[in-house]
Amino acid sequence: MASAAQRKPLGLRISLTIFLVLWFIIAAFPFFWTFWGSFKVELDFFSIADWTNAIFGRNTQETYGRSFTGAGYYGAWVTEEFWRNALNTSITCLFVVVTSLTIGTLGAYALSRSSYNYVFWLLIVALMFRAMPPITLVSGYLPPFFQYNVWGYLPTGIIVLVAMNQPFTLWMLHSFFESIPKELDESAKVDGCTQFQAFRNVIIPVMWPGVITTGLFSFLLAYNDFAVGAMILAENNRTMVAQIAAFLGTTYTEGNVMFAVSAVVSATVPLFILVMFFQRQIVSGLTAGAVKG
Amino acid sequence: MKHRSFFWFFLPTALAMLIFIAAPIVSVVLQSLFVPHEAVIVETENCTPFGCTTETAVDQEATAAIREAQPLGRFAGLEIYKDRGHLAFEEVGEAWRSTESWGAFWGEIFDLPFYRALSFTLTYTFVCTPLLIMLGFVVAITVNELDKRIKGLMIFFSLLPMIVTPLLGSLILFWMIDSRGVLGNLISYLASDPSLSLKASTPLMWISLIVYGVWSSAPFAFVVFYAGLQTVPQDTLESAQIDGATRWQRARFVIIPHLMPLVTFVALIQLMDNFRVLEPIIGFSAEAHATSLSWIILNDLGGETRQLTAAATTSVLTIIGVGILLSPVLVRTWRDFKGRA
Repeated sequence: MASAAQRKPLGLRISLTIFLVLWFIIAAFPFFWTFWGSFKVELDFFSIADWTNAIFGRNTQETYGRSFTGAGYYGAWVTEEFWRNALNTSITCLFVVVTSLTIGTLGAYALSRSSYNYVFWLLIVALMFRAMPPITLVSGYLPPFFQYNVWGYLPTGIIVLVAMNQPFTLWMLHSFFESIPKELDESAKVDGCTQFQAFRNVIIPVMWPGVITTGLFSFLLAYNDFAVGAMILAENNRTMVAQIAAFLGTTYTEGNVMFAVSAVVSATVPLFILVMFFQRQIVSGLTAGAVKG
Repeated sequence: MKHRSFFWFFLPTALAMLIFIAAPIVSVVLQSLFVPHEAVIVETENCTPFGCTTETAVDQEATAAIREAQPLGRFAGLEIYKDRGHLAFEEVGEAWRSTESWGAFWGEIFDLPFYRALSFTLTYTFVCTPLLIMLGFVVAITVNELDKRIKGLMIFFSLLPMIVTPLLGSLILFWMIDSRGVLGNLISYLASDPSLSLKASTPLMWISLIVYGVWSSAPFAFVVFYAGLQTVPQDTLESAQIDGATRWQRARFVIIPHLMPLVTFVALIQLMDNFRVLEPIIGFSAEAHATSLSWIILNDLGGETRQLTAAATTSVLTIIGVGILLSPVLVRTWRDFKGRA
């Protein structure tokens, strides 16, 4: 409890509250608005005549007899077969997370347990790779992918995303493994374990908190990727984000904006749930690099 | 750890990065130095009793042979870097000689696609970053003062703009700011100008993109500063209070110095990330008013004709830009390492 000396004056308290309410609206209101509007017809979602239409859905009522309609969702998921893209995204995310964690854990563990100079240089190189915008690499991928006829397939996209994920995974897991005392696996090695046995029997059981946090960010990277999905995957293998970008060109002309709106809301929901359950890990992951520095 | 076991542990991740990051970078640099072979044209003269006609045709065999012999294409050196689509030395020189005032000079320069994109990219990067740091800082301080029960909820909603996929976030915002959307309507109502439209006004488009940038990245700054606030030394705060420091002075002389390293951290990360701005331009359909370096690359790569050489050249220029922004981070990491060793 705050003591009397720390109590804030009334004016300050009021302005702080107003600011917080404002920030809350700025951060959250667009999502509520779009979610609510996705159950309306286009005339209500973009209501030039009367903005309250967007809330009460008068045009939706005229068209469908109710003020809510799933027409946009039906159009996106059934007519435009958005479920294929959802499936592609799920497959991509699953394999990217599993693969990049597997090879990333091994690599980061090695980095944290080696004291030679090359460790520093490897980390520096990883940092440079992390800074590289993914889109700049795409023109390097295309010629060989066409030549070996691997362009457009989901596994190709997955492998590329795994590689792009590595620098970040290495940095994050490296700082996590640094926090696990070296004595643990040293003593296992003294007892006659090989390095790999020490890793498997001693480190693996205690590494899960760090791995889960890193996995979350790998998932987000794969889920949010746009450059790879749009440029490297063929039309029927597109992920959700790439498909929504492709929607934009076609839907605006055909007047099916609500398909795109429903698709956007559908793709946002999993992220909502993710933050809800893993808020603590996300916060700790974001700050892991920062607080040390 | 022995070199041998280090090698085997590190091999898979090293291979992934070598093949899919290092090799493509080399390939991009090479591509930017070569242009594709032109098709070999042969002229044949057909003579008939009524006169002679010349026909031109592509000699498929000869073309294939040349492409086979030099798969990279014709060496062009820095030619592509200097062309109109990139650094445009000639055009810049011409503009420098022919224009009278600075305004006219810059007007000419901004007509060149590369400089147009560069000017937006730099403006976006250097306007967004300080703004989002300030917003994130104020949000962190206010949320930190909250009651525990609301705190979790506030953090949850504050995280959303950052976690949501950039393309989706920018679309959600765009549909509201669009002239048909609720905010767009409100703005044109407030300005009492019904014709005010995002799609028709370059300054408005730039402002909305920057608003998106601040909205989507302020949560990162918020989270980092919030974590930093948990470690502010309470003793120092209390002794400052006993010495008669006001609330403002305590913030100014205790809290801000404590958070200063974090400000540098956030600034460096955000400068690099904002420099690659791409998705909001697509979400806002802003290409008529604002383009970025990443957008040029995407535009060259997409479509029917994949202009690999042009895209590769812009990629190299972008990588150089990222390198410049990255150098302070590298210096910092180097100092940390030296300090530890």
